[in-house]
Amino acid sequence: MAYSRSDAPDSGTIVPGGPVPPGSERRSRLLEPLRQEGAKGVMVAVVSTAVFFGLIGWLVLRSPNWPEVKQLFFNGQEFRDTFPSIAQKFLRNIQYFMIGEVFILAYALFLAVLRSLPGSVFFPLRLLSIMYTDLFRGIPTILVIYLLAFGVPSLDIPGAPTSPTFWAIVGLVLSYSAYVSEVYRAGIESVHPSQIAAARALGLSRWQSLRFVVIPQAVRRVAPPLLNDFVALQKDTALVAFVVVVPEAFKMAQIHQNADFNFTPLLAAALLFLLITVPLTRVVDWMIARERARRQGGGVV
Amino acid sequence: MMRRVLIGVAAFGLLLAACAEENPVIAPTGTGTPPATAADCAAGVTTYVNPDTLTVGTDNPAFPPYFAGGETKENPDWEFNDPNTGKGFEAAVAYEVAARMGFTSDQVDWVVAPFNQTYKPGPKHYDFAIEQISYTEKRAQAVDFSESYYDVNQALVAVKGTPITKTSGIADLKDYTLAAQIGTTNYDFIANTIQPSEEPGVYNSTADAVAAINAGQVDGLVVDLPTALFLADPFVQEVKKGVVVGQFANLSGEHFGITFEKSNPLVGCVNLALQEMKADGTLESITQVWLSEKTNVGEVPVLS
Repeated sequence: MAYSRSDAPDSGTIVPGGPVPPGSERRSRLLEPLRQEGAKGVMVAVVSTAVFFGLIGWLVLRSPNWPEVKQLFFNGQEFRDTFPSIAQKFLRNIQYFMIGEVFILAYALFLAVLRSLPGSVFFPLRLLSIMYTDLFRGIPTILVIYLLAFGVPSLDIPGAPTSPTFWAIVGLVLSYSAYVSEVYRAGIESVHPSQIAAARALGLSRWQSLRFVVIPQAVRRVAPPLLNDFVALQKDTALVAFVVVVPEAFKMAQIHQNADFNFTPLLAAALLFLLITVPLTRVVDWMIARERARRQGGGVV
Repeated sequence: MMRRVLIGVAAFGLLLAACAEENPVIAPTGTGTPPATAADCAAGVTTYVNPDTLTVGTDNPAFPPYFAGGETKENPDWEFNDPNTGKGFEAAVAYEVAARMGFTSDQVDWVVAPFNQTYKPGPKHYDFAIEQISYTEKRAQAVDFSESYYDVNQALVAVKGTPITKTSGIADLKDYTLAAQIGTTNYDFIANTIQPSEEPGVYNSTADAVAAINAGQVDGLVVDLPTALFLADPFVQEVKKGVVVGQFANLSGEHFGITFEKSNPLVGCVNLALQEMKADGTLESITQVWLSEKTNVGEVPVLS
């Protein structure tokens, strides 16, 4: 019954002699070789790191165009001048991915459930879900955004929103749902059939066993990859810049870039994205490590 | 093993360093007394992209009234207007500058130079670019500018009969939705001088902005005056039922400059050519022919 362990509430406890405590796992992979080789290993690592990055730095700094590149890409004054306005527009990006993520999570779960419906009678729904996923995973996200943002408002449907921003976010939702539904599906399929058999034996209906037994386990298992897609979504809100009229962070950076003939504002925008995505990526790493610890813990029992 | 890897990395690095060896700096010849004419100056320059050719960059498509000749079979890559015809304001200026520097029109070669690539660092594939680039102090840190070849006013285009056409001053414009092309001084003007209550729209190209005003999504476009007159021209009607509401007084001394790669010795030669053209009235008559007569610059009221 190893699989049922993943539901156990004592996920934080560590089995003696079992896996390393959660969180320390990743770090150990980076540093473990050093520990094994001792002092000599540490010294070699320090020297090789210094040589490696020193060489890269030396190559960049003595390249013939470096003073020009520094002026155009790493301009402190330009950074100070433009960062506040770009940061202000970054609030829009945050808004885009918060709104988008809510719809993506709900819609993708719906798609995944459609695809995992059993029996011949649901064949058309399964087919529809598969076709949808193939279609939107197969088209570049930027194309979906372009087609929707320029196409739908031109249709002039009475009552339909004409804002390119609205349709750009719809494009993100449609495209990302296709990926996220596959993540959900992996989670749903990872739940052992005996779980469903047990639920049915307890008298739960097909729908109830999906709702109360399969999906809770599935979602918990795929939480790290879901968060991973969330990180990707944050970055892709910059794609909205290609169609929107009111500037978000990337577009604001482009405005400064073209007005001042300087690329530093793009770096400012990149930094803003990093401020959000790097901490979140660490959270994902931590969650994956915790999940692995829990599973291995289950295996020992 | 570790040492071998390190040696490999170091050797690779040295190889790259060797490849990145500085190019010898070519000093402009004829130091001492500065050359008296554009032709003398240009003859002394050795840094042309192609020898015995003046390679000129502009954006594609090349829009009227800055370029006019229409599409040609000889150069099908140019959309809307082939600069090789020499027709249109900037084409005419470029050929006149070339002539003053001693190039025949056959020796002028046009290449595509999109606006946002004119200021990327590194060598350029043209000797100079002429594409309605306004001089600003910050921009001059990235590229070298020639003197002004056109002092440009900005103008407001709107649709006939809409409320915005009744405005008489900048203060009245605050309550309207305005739009401009991304990265232009037009956008700066909206954001910093008009300061509308509604956030201005930013479009990737003038064509996108025109589509937006035609679709009723914005009330007015801010563009440079010659472009405004072209967009609202009764025979062109890029903006449907378009009118030029007014032009804005040029308080900041905004002007178009020809742009060069930083420290290109040709800047001085082109400046000499422009000075000659200003002194003998050639620039004035080119402006008359391609901007004033074609577009009636004088009749547009000034909004202040």
